[in-house]
Amino acid sequence: MTTADIEPEGRHGALPPWLLRLGRLLLSLVFTLFGLLLVTFVIGRVVPIDPVLASVGDRASASAYHAVYLKLGLDKPVWEQFLIYVNQVLHGNLGESVLTSRPVLDDIRDVFPATLELSTVAILLGTLVGIPAGVWAAVRQGRLSDQIVRILGLVGYSAPIFWLGLLGLLLFYAKLGWVSGPGRIDIAYEFDVTRVTGLMLVDCALEGQWPAFWNAVSHIMLPASLLGYYSMAYISRMTRSFMLQELGQEYIITARVKGVSEARIVWVHALRNAAVPLVTVVALSYGGLLQGAVLTETVFAWPGLGMYLTNSLGSADMNAVLGATLVIGAAFVTLNLLSDVLYTFLDPRVRRRG
Amino acid sequence: MTLIASREWLLTEQPASRGQARFGQAYRTWLALRGNRLAMVGLGITVVLILMAIFAGMLAPYDPVQGGDLRTERLLAPSWAHLMGTDDLARDILSRILYGSRITLLVVGLVAVIATPVGLFVGTIAGYFGGWVDTVLMRVTDIFLAFPQLVLALAFVAALGPGIENAIIAIAITSWPPYARLARAETLTIRDADHIAAIRLQGAHSARIIWGHVVPLCLSSVIVRVTLDMAGIILTAAGLGFLGLGAQPPQPEWGAMIAEGRQFIIDDWWVATMPGIAIFIVSLGFNFLGDGLRDVLDPKARK
Repeated sequence: MTTADIEPEGRHGALPPWLLRLGRLLLSLVFTLFGLLLVTFVIGRVVPIDPVLASVGDRASASAYHAVYLKLGLDKPVWEQFLIYVNQVLHGNLGESVLTSRPVLDDIRDVFPATLELSTVAILLGTLVGIPAGVWAAVRQGRLSDQIVRILGLVGYSAPIFWLGLLGLLLFYAKLGWVSGPGRIDIAYEFDVTRVTGLMLVDCALEGQWPAFWNAVSHIMLPASLLGYYSMAYISRMTRSFMLQELGQEYIITARVKGVSEARIVWVHALRNAAVPLVTVVALSYGGLLQGAVLTETVFAWPGLGMYLTNSLGSADMNAVLGATLVIGAAFVTLNLLSDVLYTFLDPRVRRRG
Repeated sequence: MTLIASREWLLTEQPASRGQARFGQAYRTWLALRGNRLAMVGLGITVVLILMAIFAGMLAPYDPVQGGDLRTERLLAPSWAHLMGTDDLARDILSRILYGSRITLLVVGLVAVIATPVGLFVGTIAGYFGGWVDTVLMRVTDIFLAFPQLVLALAFVAALGPGIENAIIAIAITSWPPYARLARAETLTIRDADHIAAIRLQGAHSARIIWGHVVPLCLSSVIVRVTLDMAGIILTAAGLGFLGLGAQPPQPEWGAMIAEGRQFIIDDWWVATMPGIAIFIVSLGFNFLGDGLRDVLDPKARK
C-alpha cells in the first residue's frame, strides 16, 4: 500500500479521481520504461566481458574495434555511458545490426507487423473459444465437461509450444495437407502483394487479391491456432473462476426468484459483470503471446520480431537482440497499462474511487 | 497396532510438543493431498523423474553420448532394440532421455534454490519495513516483471554466452520477482499481528523477527508458487535449449534434442517427438502437483 492510496479524497481539489489514476499510471509507465532501459543497458554493457566484441563480433579489425570503443563511450564513467544510451534510444537510435548492416529500429519496423498480425489472430481465436469454454465449465462445475476444460487448460500449460508446433506441421501440413507450411505466404504470391500496412491479410484484402488472401489464411491458421490455444488455456481458466464468483452472488438468486431464464442469467447478468476483469485478462495474455511468438515464429519461419530476435542471437548480434528485447518489453508494459486504463473506464466503482 | 498408535499420536488434538504439532500438521496436509487424484499422479511423475535421474546409469541400455554404427544404426524407428528409436548420430533416444532427466532436475532444483531465497529476502524486507525501502524494492521487482520471462532470459544468455550454467542463472534472475511480490503481500498481513508486536517488545532485532517469525509464515505459499512455476521453468529451459542457448551438444538436454530432430520431423518423427513427450509429462506432473498443493495449503485460493 502506497501513501497515495490512503490519502483523503478531498485533497486534490476538483480533479476527477479517474484522471488522477490515469496520471499515476502514466507516471509509473514512464518509470518502468526507464527501468527497462537500465536493464538492457546492464545486459549490453556490464554483463559481457567485452561489450565492444559483443557489438562488432570477433572478426572486426583493430581500427573498427577502437572506433566502436569510443562510440560506445567506454572511456567514460558508467553513469555517463548510461545517459548516452538513454539519449540515443530516445532519439530512436537502437544501434546498427551486425547481421543486416541496417539500423535496428528499421529492421524492427519491418518485422513487427508480422508478429502483430500473428498475435492478433491468435488472441481473437483464444478469446472466442476461451470465454465460452470458461463459462461452460463454471456452469457445469465439478462435472465431466468442467474436468475436460480444466485438463485441456493444463495441457496447454504443460506442452512446449515449439514441440506442438513441429507436431502440428507434421500432421496438418505434411501428412494431411490441410494447411500451408512455414512462412507467411507462398512464394508464388509473394511479389503480387504491395506492402501497405505490413499486415499480409489486410494488404491482400485491400488490393482484392483473394487467392493470395486465402493462401495467407492457410499459412497463418496453424501458428495462430497454436498460440491461441495457449491464451485460451489462461482465458478459460480465469473466466471460469470469475463466473463462479459472480454466480454465487445474491443478485443471481434474485434474478432466479424473479424467474429469469437460466441462459439469460448466465450470459447476460453474470457474464457482463465478469467481463470487466476479463478485459484485463485478455490484454495480459495478448502481452504474453509476445513470449510464445518467439518460439512459434522460429518453428514456422514466420518473419516477425521473434524470429528476428532468435536470428540475431544465433549471430551474437547484441544491438539487435537488445533492441528487440526492449521493444518486446515496452509493448508488454504498454499492454499492461492499457488493461489498467480499460479497467478504470469499464468499472464505474474504480472510476469514482480513482 | 503401532500404526494405529502412531496415527493417533499424529492426529491428536492436544500435541504434547512442538515437534508433534509439526508432524501432525504435515500428516494432515498429506492426508488432504492424498485425496486429490491428480495431485497424486503429479507426485508419482515427480518421484519417477527423480528415480530416473538417480538410476539413469543402470536403466539406460546404451551410452547417451557415444552413438552406435553410423552406417547401420542411424535414424532407426522405435523397435525392441531401441524402444524410442535412434537419432541421426545413431544414439539411442531412450538412453538420452533417461540421462536428460538429470539436466532437467538440475535446472529445476538450482533455479528453485537460487530464486526462492532471493524472492523471500526482497519481499519480506520490502513488506516488513515499508516506506521507501518498499517502494524501491518493488519498483525493481516491477521492472523485472515488465519483460516476458523467456525474452529476458534470452537477452541474459546472449550476454553471458550459451551453456547450461548460464541458462540456469538467466532463468533464476528472471524467476524471483513473483516470489518477492507474494512474500511482500504475506508479510503485510503478518507484520502488524500481535505476536510480532510481542516479539518486538521483547527487544528482538528486525533481522531476527524477519528471519525467525516472518519468513516461516510466508514459506508455505511461496513453496506452492515455486511448485506451480516448476513446469514453467522446465518449459523455459527447454525453450532455451531448443534455441541452442541452453545445454550444448552432446549433452542430452530435452529441448536441444527436439531441435536436433527438427530437420528429420517429416520422415523420422520419433527423433523430435520422444523428448517432447518427456518434457510434456514432467511439466504436466509438476502442474498437477502444484495445483493439488495449492488447494491443500492455501484454502483461500480454492475455487
